[in-house]
Amino acid sequence: MTRTKPPRLSRQTSQRIAFALITLAAIVVVAPIFFIVGYIVYQGISAISWEFLTAYPHNGMKEGGLLPAIVGTLWLTLGTAVVAVPIGIGAAIYLSEYAKDNALTRAIRVAIINLAGIPSVVYGLFGLGLFVIFLNFGTSILAGSLTLGIMTLPVIISTAEEALRAVPQSFRLVSVSLGGTRWQTIRRVVLPQALPGIITGVILGLERAAGETAPILFTVAAFFLPRLPKSIFDQTMALPYHLFVISTQVPGMPIHIQYGTALVLLIFVLSMNVLATLIRNHYRKQRFW
Amino acid sequence: MAGDIKIHIQNFGLRYSDGTESLHDITLDIYARQINVLFGPAGGGKSTLLRAMNRLNDLTDVVEQTGHILLDGEDITRPGYDIVRLRRRVGIVFARPVVLPMSIYRNITYGLELAGIRDKATLDAAVTRSLQQSALWEEVHDRLGDPAHALSGGQQQRLCLARVLALQPEVILLDEPTSGLDPISTAKIETTMQELKSDYTFVIVPHSVQQAARVADWASFFLQGELIEHGVGREMFLKPKHTRTEDYITGRFG
Amino acid sequence: MTDQHEGQPKRSLSWVEFLIERAIQVSGISAIILVVLIFLFLIKEGTPAFMEVPLSGLFATRWYPIEGYYGLLPLIMGSLIVTIGAAVVSLPLGLATAIFIAEIAPDWVRNILKPFVEVLAGIPSVVIGFIGMLVFAPLIRVTLDIPTGLTAFTGVLLLAWMALPTVVSVAEDVLDAVPKTYRDAGLALGMTRWQVIWRIVLPAGRSGVLMALMLGVGRAIGETMTVMMVTGNAARMPVGLRDFFMPVRTMTATIAAEMGEVAHGSPHYHVLFAVGLTLFVITFAVNIAAASVVFRQVKRAERMLA
Repeated sequence: MTRTKPPRLSRQTSQRIAFALITLAAIVVVAPIFFIVGYIVYQGISAISWEFLTAYPHNGMKEGGLLPAIVGTLWLTLGTAVVAVPIGIGAAIYLSEYAKDNALTRAIRVAIINLAGIPSVVYGLFGLGLFVIFLNFGTSILAGSLTLGIMTLPVIISTAEEALRAVPQSFRLVSVSLGGTRWQTIRRVVLPQALPGIITGVILGLERAAGETAPILFTVAAFFLPRLPKSIFDQTMALPYHLFVISTQVPGMPIHIQYGTALVLLIFVLSMNVLATLIRNHYRKQRFW
Repeated sequence: MAGDIKIHIQNFGLRYSDGTESLHDITLDIYARQINVLFGPAGGGKSTLLRAMNRLNDLTDVVEQTGHILLDGEDITRPGYDIVRLRRRVGIVFARPVVLPMSIYRNITYGLELAGIRDKATLDAAVTRSLQQSALWEEVHDRLGDPAHALSGGQQQRLCLARVLALQPEVILLDEPTSGLDPISTAKIETTMQELKSDYTFVIVPHSVQQAARVADWASFFLQGELIEHGVGREMFLKPKHTRTEDYITGRFG
Repeated sequence: MTDQHEGQPKRSLSWVEFLIERAIQVSGISAIILVVLIFLFLIKEGTPAFMEVPLSGLFATRWYPIEGYYGLLPLIMGSLIVTIGAAVVSLPLGLATAIFIAEIAPDWVRNILKPFVEVLAGIPSVVIGFIGMLVFAPLIRVTLDIPTGLTAFTGVLLLAWMALPTVVSVAEDVLDAVPKTYRDAGLALGMTRWQVIWRIVLPAGRSGVLMALMLGVGRAIGETMTVMMVTGNAARMPVGLRDFFMPVRTMTATIAAEMGEVAHGSPHYHVLFAVGLTLFVITFAVNIAAASVVFRQVKRAERMLA
């Protein structure tokens, strides 16, 4: 390794080739995103109408609209938030403000990493075993929300902890030196400052949950149910599962309805993404520390 | 001119978890309604001792603490001592001005609100009084609702002092409070101390020997975690007893 | 001089504080409780499979539950092929994209690219499966002139692409973590920017690159909807290279496709839970390994993984 061979290519040429290949790779990665989003918009836009968003499906789902699936996904997103936000923020506060550097904390971190790595379909199994059967919630919004909520927990914990840790330590020191207890310091100084970051993380977590199919397959999703859920013990249709159903299980489904459904799901999910980005950028500009 | 002893430090020592000994066997009295100066080269343990007086070291990795610190005869180092109440009696101003991310007004009322005081008239009165005491009132009285971080560095540091004064503590600790400030702001803070010392006990780690000499009623010279000399300020700066104190004061080492 | 508000610290406030702090502590350990709970439930529902079906039946090559054949090997092989393939494709692509974003692209391109990679992470897997099935699979069928486009290869490409946000994000952290002084030293010695990247930055970030690979694997092996929709789901034992361009069936897809239909408590039900248990153990091992490589760099990665 000490002797360098005389280079075949000049160093500038090899850099040019390498950079060209790398740029090509980046294009290969990014271009399909444009393509997929663009193609779904192109194919699906013709299906979008007021009726498509507000009517019940009929005639074997080949006509009508997506109302029960949209409402179901809203319910599930809300349910996921109710389950995951308090616990997730609580855990983040624990890790950032209370946890000492000890074996328990390391165990918690390992658990969070593993929770994040568990396949979504395994969450579905767990939700089926624990909530649907063992706790006898049945196939219901409750069971689905709990399953999705647990799945979303690691995302919320990680992003919220990051936001809490970004708050300067000196604020905590000042608050404590003025006679603040730990909780007063958290509630009056740390949490308000970390809030935009936490909200961003929560929205990103809910975005994932809203688009998931596998965890709701056996815990909540109904194949075809042309009415709105009345309580959290009802089954419901949901957008991602509905897209799966009409694209794989229903022969002769008009193609524009399939793309229209994919488009509605994509808009639902990506608008949450955009919202999160906007919030993050807005508050990053305002912050003086 | 020895007066009442406000804080009695008895054989106090402290070690950090990385093994370094920060303070070794300190015995020292802090006198009430005086300006008590702790000075010496960096790393001598002055700030650590200062923070021990309202137990802010609890927040850092202190491995071992020996000895006692008595506030009005009461041992504040004993386990179970009400730290929150202690910190209301013993306030601190840090080297770098840290204003909380809220308005000027809320910065000052913050400590009072933590103590459960909601009464608007009481809060208003505290804001006016403490801003006047810290010589900031003239500059900010017409914009108390502005964010505190819009103030200049010197103003921010006086706000930090006002924030402590609002709680009407018995002891005020100052950890190099003027290290980043211009001479005018520094003078204002030093004057404030002189004006207020009839009501408060000050313990200050000055940012220079000159400042130490200017303000000290009582002075303590620290070197590498040990208390070398303690005495009346004027005497020590004119005629130090120890050669190491003299060497430091005359600038032979820093 | 005692002040006028002494003695006021309200007891009720500290009660509230006490309760809140307990709640925070419980939330703190919730992750541990949940991982254990999930593990226990998978064991509870999965282990009966080993009583009901002999081991030789589980480690067999035929999966045909209706007639009582529960050979898991084709499913495990299916998952392995797709996962390893996806990892092999996505690592160089992800690394290259990360290098592009971190080292080559001008600022304005970077500011556009980063959110787009995040958008990719946000596209639901069912949507990618949908497009894969309708657009991508026919393309593969025609291009390669094979009977069906729903193959392991199709799954590999889509999975590799889906794992990219994870790989890119971890790789970016790795590149960021290499001290600037290393680069400056290289440039000062007259190396080109590419030589600095290739000979200094990448070797310095070796362990992080390894972790990116493992997290990508973890992401790919657990992916369900996309694979179910594009790999054809034929539970056949892959034997040769040709099988790469034939339908396969993964463990995740099997659970997703069959769990809805089985009777609770039947052998089939228990075997599917046993498959879930296997997946849990594999991802657990992969994630522990990845975490122990570089614990510090995990933060962003775990966010991407979920």
